Amino acid sequence: MYSEKVMDHFMNPRNVGEIENADGIGEVGNPKCGDIMKMYLKIEDGIITDVKFKTFGCGSAIASSSMATELVKGKSIQEAMQITNKAVAEALDGLPPVKMHCSVLAEQAIRKALLDYSKKSGVKIEGLEDVEFDDEDLHEIHEIED
Amino acid sequence: MDKIIYMDHAATTPVSKEVLDEMLPYFCEYYGNPSSIYYLSNYSKIAIDKARERVAKAINADKNEIYFTAGGSESDNWAIKGIASKFEDKGRHIITSKIEHHAVLHACEYLEKKGYKITYLDVDEYGMISLEELEKSITEETILISIMFANNEIGTIEPVKEIGAIARKHNVLFHTDAVQAVGSLPIDVKEMNIDLLSMSAHKLYGPKGVGALYVKKGIKIDPLIHGGAQERNKRAGTENVAGIVGLGKAIELAYSNLEENTEKITKLRDYLIDSIQKKIPDVRLNGHPTNRLPGNVNMCFKYIEGESLLLSLDMHKIAASSGSACTSGSLDPSHVLLAIGLPHEIAHGSLRLSLGKDNTKEEIDFVVEKLATIVDRLRQMSPLYEKAQEGK
Repeated sequence: MYSEKVMDHFMNPRNVGEIENADGIGEVGNPKCGDIMKMYLKIEDGIITDVKFKTFGCGSAIASSSMATELVKGKSIQEAMQITNKAVAEALDGLPPVKMHCSVLAEQAIRKALLDYSKKSGVKIEGLEDVEFDDEDLHEIHEIED
Repeated sequence: MDKIIYMDHAATTPVSKEVLDEMLPYFCEYYGNPSSIYYLSNYSKIAIDKARERVAKAINADKNEIYFTAGGSESDNWAIKGIASKFEDKGRHIITSKIEHHAVLHACEYLEKKGYKITYLDVDEYGMISLEELEKSITEETILISIMFANNEIGTIEPVKEIGAIARKHNVLFHTDAVQAVGSLPIDVKEMNIDLLSMSAHKLYGPKGVGALYVKKGIKIDPLIHGGAQERNKRAGTENVAGIVGLGKAIELAYSNLEENTEKITKLRDYLIDSIQKKIPDVRLNGHPTNRLPGNVNMCFKYIEGESLLLSLDMHKIAASSGSACTSGSLDPSHVLLAIGLPHEIAHGSLRLSLGKDNTKEEIDFVVEKLATIVDRLRQMSPLYEKAQEGK
């Protein structure tokens, strides 16, 4: 069902944990749907120097979180903003259609953590002004898209 | 392939050697079509007849009350749709429960679209229906009560005999989906007032793709599959001879070893439940503590999600399931766990381990040890666990 890469990131997830005094924290998802992702960012001079996550969810949710942390680590804020759910899924060598929402969750977790950073630090981030995080509808959105 | 620790007997069972041995001659040697006239076909005819006798004996039915089908889902569909269409002039109301298998629920939903009225009875926290509610739901229009014998996910055994008595008192037909019960529990269709009963071979060490529907003598039912005159004009299609032979042998074996297997499996089940509860915190047993199928263990592990649990167990070659196998294809938690009142986030963390006659205490010790490590690992990753710990 899952690619080797998904299984690898599920069994040996990278960057699990929390960051004390994180510069940005983003939590998305909903326990009702069976997945919650929480991402912690450390940002210095516009660069994401450290990132950690905690996730409650299925194998692909944990793998997507792990992959997302790998993708943002060392990147600038603008680069991190460019990371889409498709990029996360592709980096994992694909996800089953019914699990694509996990990669959406990962994309949203990054953006929500950046939004939190922006609010805390007063640094404006282009593209985040009118982003809405609608956890409830995630599954439905992607059932239609898939 | 290394040895798998198989704890998913409610999903399916391996075909036992004795069953396979009896089936084999009916593939290449005695392959005659039972409906043909020549001598070769006699072997198939006799074999089907013998299987029918064995199935009937196992549930205290008569031979001519057993109809072979392609499995449990067909039997359920046939019972419900066949009775509904036969009795539509008498009434269009059916009573079932919220925790039935999808073969029953979706057949009822299909009839609902055709204008039938369906009552879905609630269950209590253990998954038991209320006999009082059942009796109150019966109206002049009620033609059928369909309540499962035992639940496939949480193992709860329904009060079948009492349901049968209520059905009889009100002159309503009673169907029971006994797919999980046949081979594991004693069944007497006469004493229990059962009018229709569904069963499947592959849950009792028989082959997949074959089952049966018991229909009490004198009860009229429309066919589901139209065509040839097989199964006394009730179920068309050339018989799955080898499969039917397999069902017959499997059910005979199951009932000749019933007491011994029940005692052994029940002990293992209680040991498994006890070990999990002792070694892992924040768990919940789903279903009834004692009134449950001998091999069924269903637990919720708080703060983690079931699929990640299954994948991790699979890495250790442990086969289990989360809710029913059919449920794992969708994103919603099991309808059974929601019906017994579990919140969504707890229901997502369910694990079903269903034991069989060949499981051992050593296997259980291994599984519990791995499970403890896996649950701990997943909880360390879970933001829900983090929140719960902060709250403590």
